[in-house]
Amino acid sequence: MDVQLTKPTTVKKLIECKNIVKTYFSEDVKTEVLKDLNFSIDEGEFVAIIGPSGSGKSTLMHILGALDTPTSGQYILDGKNIARLTEDQQADIRSQKIGFVFQSFNLLARATVMRNVILPLVYAGVAPDKRNAMAEKVLFDASMDKERFYNRSNQLSGGQMQRVAIARALVNNPPIILADEPTGNLDQKTGRAVLDTFRELNKSGRTVILITHDRYVAEHANRIIEIRDGKIIKDTHNVSRQVKHLEEQPK
Amino acid sequence: MKLSDLSYETYSSLSSNKARSFLTMLGIVIGISSVIALVSVGQGATASVTSNISSLGSNLLLVYPGSSRNSGPVSGGAGSAQTLTLDDSKAIKSNISGVSAVAAELSRRYQVTYKSNNSNSQVVGTEQSYAQIRNIEVSSGYFISDDQVKSFSKVAVIGPTIQEELFGAGVDPVGQTIKINQIQFKVVGLTTSKGGTGFNNSDNSIYVPISTAQRFLAGRSSISDINVQAASQEQINTAQEEITQLLLSRHNISDAASADFSITNQADIVSSLSSITGTLTLLLGAIAGISLLVGGIGIMNMMLTTVTERTREIGLRKAIGAKRTDITAQFLSESVALTFVGGIIGIILGIAISILISKFGSFNTAITWQSILLAFGVSALVGIVFGYYPARRAAKLNPIEALRYE
Repeated sequence: MDVQLTKPTTVKKLIECKNIVKTYFSEDVKTEVLKDLNFSIDEGEFVAIIGPSGSGKSTLMHILGALDTPTSGQYILDGKNIARLTEDQQADIRSQKIGFVFQSFNLLARATVMRNVILPLVYAGVAPDKRNAMAEKVLFDASMDKERFYNRSNQLSGGQMQRVAIARALVNNPPIILADEPTGNLDQKTGRAVLDTFRELNKSGRTVILITHDRYVAEHANRIIEIRDGKIIKDTHNVSRQVKHLEEQPK
Repeated sequence: MKLSDLSYETYSSLSSNKARSFLTMLGIVIGISSVIALVSVGQGATASVTSNISSLGSNLLLVYPGSSRNSGPVSGGAGSAQTLTLDDSKAIKSNISGVSAVAAELSRRYQVTYKSNNSNSQVVGTEQSYAQIRNIEVSSGYFISDDQVKSFSKVAVIGPTIQEELFGAGVDPVGQTIKINQIQFKVVGLTTSKGGTGFNNSDNSIYVPISTAQRFLAGRSSISDINVQAASQEQINTAQEEITQLLLSRHNISDAASADFSITNQADIVSSLSSITGTLTLLLGAIAGISLLVGGIGIMNMMLTTVTERTREIGLRKAIGAKRTDITAQFLSESVALTFVGGIIGIILGIAISILISKFGSFNTAITWQSILLAFGVSALVGIVFGYYPARRAAKLNPIEALRYE
């Protein structure tokens, strides 16, 4: 209860989903993946979107990440209707507003840690002389060892790779972190450390959206949106969430 | 995306697959170097034909016996007929105004021997003025004089190639006696080398008085051609007209079409031979161009493979903010870099090959700026044309499907 009470009463709506429908057509077979979704996410929230495979959560994540647009309905991100934007403007939204963290990290294997983190700055047009300092800062934020900064990313462990990926998501200072099964390829201990990092990021004011099928992972968030067969079946504010309780869970 | 980022990305992706980049580039290297080398052979041929013909002498008109039914410069009948005489030559000398020198010539190949050495050479029976018309200079002794022509002297002036074959390099042949067709001739002069190759090579000729050639060697009074030098370039055509009229009246022929002689203008020879070598150059260039095309297809093939292999990377780049133009630029710059570097190596290799050909081969080569610029332009174009389609394909990938791609 405490958590909700301390929140300011007039929070900015960062994400708004209005009647979102996504339909795929393949060979005359119509598949409705998302069926009329309505929800909004405020600035500073830590939301987990949970659902089994095939529930449509990945499709929802693509729409939230401005990688895809809904068949009908409106997705409004920071006041902008994404479907109305051109492809290049959508790329700008991804560059400025969203930091992606993927299950399989998606680092450039042959590039150094530094180069991987710098890459979003390259596309955002940040001057080369400012990039290194920015990258170093977020790498420290993601608790990456300094000795590894110039290692090639395929020489890292899974946990280190995900730290680099988180640093890459943070480097452009986006308001939203969108993580798709970020612990899916990590063992429990490293996974928990990564989730703790997300918590820290959320505490520092960033909106974090976590997509997962794993209830244990979802329990780390303050709010859980459950999706099944393209519909929201539950939207709970997880006020009873306690870090201590989770840390006592068996490995 | 800044240019420095573009070059960084290009370098890192090309160097991460060195063997493949090298082999793809090799296609362009071979294409470009063969264009340059083969075109240089063709242009070398053009240049040497032109210089050979110019070395014959300036403002030259050649009068051959026989009709010129074939319009080409090398008509089959020329020289074989026996319709020209020394008197014709003298008539031209005394009657035509725009002519500065005339020399009758009777040439044929004979066996030439000195001691045990022998050579099969062109023996040119001619007059003193021949040296002036054909730009022949004598490095030792002197050229045939008109007195020797009058007195049927058995004297010979030999070219440097013959000197080498009969006497050995550096040995002064003047004063020695050689045998031409079993008849003894005294060597009175040695010509300086004019270089050049092919037909009418003056270095490989022996000059004797025309009277001697007629009486002792050929045994006939006809001559094989008349060399006429016009006083100036402007007078060549008038001189050609006047000589035609003169010889027609001397030979009692009313119809110019049935003339028993033909007059060849030096400029005509140059232009028609140049057109032959020009065609040769074009042909060689086209063959080399095909290999360049194949190299370009190799680039496209590699780029398509690369795009497929890096589908996930493309998806990621799009997810973190890369625009279509960024992706297009990245892949296009890889293919252009390959052809650019391949083009430079190809140009260097092509120049090296053409130098080697002219050094060890039997013909000259000429590298021109045009052929280098053309090759370079073509290689850059190949990079853009063959890289554009794969690059567009990469840029058009749907980021979701690209990220999902395994």
